[in-house]
Amino acid sequence: MAEASARVPVEKTYKIYIGGKFPRTESGRYFLLQDPKGAVIANICRGSRKDFRNAVVAARGAFAGWSAATAYLRGQILYRIAEMLEGRHDQFVAELVLQGVSKRKAKKEVDATVDRLIYYAGWADKYQQVFSSVNPVNSSHFNFSVLEPTGVVSMLVPDDSGLLGLVSNIAPAIVGGNTCVVLASESMPLCAISFAEVLHASDVPAGVVNILTGFREELTTQFASHMDVNAVVFCDSEVGVAKSIHIEAADNMKRVISRVDTRWTDDSAQSPYFVRDTQETKTTWHPIGG
Amino acid sequence: MSVIALPIASALPDLKRITPVDEVGVNERVARFQTRSIKKESKIEALKTVLSMIDLTTLEGQDTPGKVRQLCQKAIHLHDSLPDLPHVAAVCVYPTMVGIARAALGDRGINVASVATAFPSGMSSRKIKLEETRTAVEEGADEIDMVISRGAFLQGDYHFVFDEIAAVKEACGDAHLKVILETGELGTLDHVRRASVLAMHAGADFIKTSTGKIQPAATMPVTFVMLKAIKDFYQETGRMVGMKPAGGISAAKLAVHYLVMLRETLGNAWMTPEWFRFGASSLANDVLMQLQKQATGVYQSADYFSKD
Repeated sequence: MAEASARVPVEKTYKIYIGGKFPRTESGRYFLLQDPKGAVIANICRGSRKDFRNAVVAARGAFAGWSAATAYLRGQILYRIAEMLEGRHDQFVAELVLQGVSKRKAKKEVDATVDRLIYYAGWADKYQQVFSSVNPVNSSHFNFSVLEPTGVVSMLVPDDSGLLGLVSNIAPAIVGGNTCVVLASESMPLCAISFAEVLHASDVPAGVVNILTGFREELTTQFASHMDVNAVVFCDSEVGVAKSIHIEAADNMKRVISRVDTRWTDDSAQSPYFVRDTQETKTTWHPIGG
Repeated sequence: MSVIALPIASALPDLKRITPVDEVGVNERVARFQTRSIKKESKIEALKTVLSMIDLTTLEGQDTPGKVRQLCQKAIHLHDSLPDLPHVAAVCVYPTMVGIARAALGDRGINVASVATAFPSGMSSRKIKLEETRTAVEEGADEIDMVISRGAFLQGDYHFVFDEIAAVKEACGDAHLKVILETGELGTLDHVRRASVLAMHAGADFIKTSTGKIQPAATMPVTFVMLKAIKDFYQETGRMVGMKPAGGISAAKLAVHYLVMLRETLGNAWMTPEWFRFGASSLANDVLMQLQKQATGVYQSADYFSKD
């Protein structure tokens, strides 16, 4: 027997990420991920609505702690995520290449992702100043408005940008103190799960980010209708999907945030307004004088 | 063969001769109860049954008459937008709140349960415990939840505990007596079984796992051991005794697992609020959320259900 073939290859099992753990889907269903030539890359969990439900429970549980964390701590943690991702640069490039992205583009995408995390880490203790205000009112009140995170955000992240598109949506939501449940790209899910490992090593509290893999068609309704979700983000414009998300989201008046047609590699895909999308404005009337 | 009517409090059996509990076996059996798949109509029926068995509880030092009235209001109006809901079995409060709960509930068929006997520690003299019990009953309590003296039990003073339960039972008069074993302080399943047998022989109408003040509170293995003790007691004496797991059961799914365990251990005769109760404060809302989910198809949020 040739010596080179003596070692059994160790393949990675891609699982989902809920509440700081990496379980398999409770449904026991999987789908095959193939490379552009049709060769099988991996079995991917086909997440179910119960996985989603469990993830929302985890996200809700994590919200109180995460939203109460100081802006400085959230910024530090986002910076830490960037550092951890940088250290795994080559792994993410290899995964993108495996899923059909050219090596040059893959490198650019990982670089841009790290930079995007740093960008939002910087905003952590600044967006409040930019968006809060003291308001002129015609009475003896000191009237001011400040931002508060909206709560649990469900996200249908872009299908054609497996890493950058994912992180460009997660980062502005969590830097603002929200927790989230994310449905990874259906055609490029590998980086999402590896990114969960990065989160896991970055002091992000369990449940703040939860990542599922599975079929968009099956889960979109759940992402939009769950009463314990406060905002839903979507990025792709399949026919009729936007309308149905708006209808399902109306029951508990979720914020519906459309990021369709965003060019994720562009600088226009990062902005403090992305943070504000998942914030609520609280206005206080404080009596003064007489 | 006819069943001979026994006096409620029989003699204390020799607890040292009680069969030891096989802990590994209990855990395996309990794990099996959690694999049953209960869907659709059966699930809705199970959830409604759970609801009807709840003792809606508030046992805080910070309880006020307002808080108790609010809890009673919750017991009467669980979630009015869902039709055909059963009401909870009882509202469980401290003795000082019994009168307030009684007045708030009226005669809607919801019982008032009161803890007594120096709950939760049980560290007081018998005289005071009996006085407290009588007061609660006079104020209108239909059910009394007493605690056993765990210290005495653990040092082997079984007769003391037996006599105490029998005395409280007598003080209860017509009120039902639930005996809290506080299994979290008993240490082993053997102790749990011994305490169960002791309490039943001393005249308990119900045996109850916990006060909710000590961790661990109710667990499925502990409840299973107690259910088995009830079964053996029934076969031996012909008297049915009820079961109340309390503390730590806040998920509807877990409550349904308990129902499965009840059904497969004691059978249908025990599947009513008369013989089985859940002591819980947040379970009711989780059950209501599941029922609403079944009705609408949409997962629910605690934001839209009244707290008390």
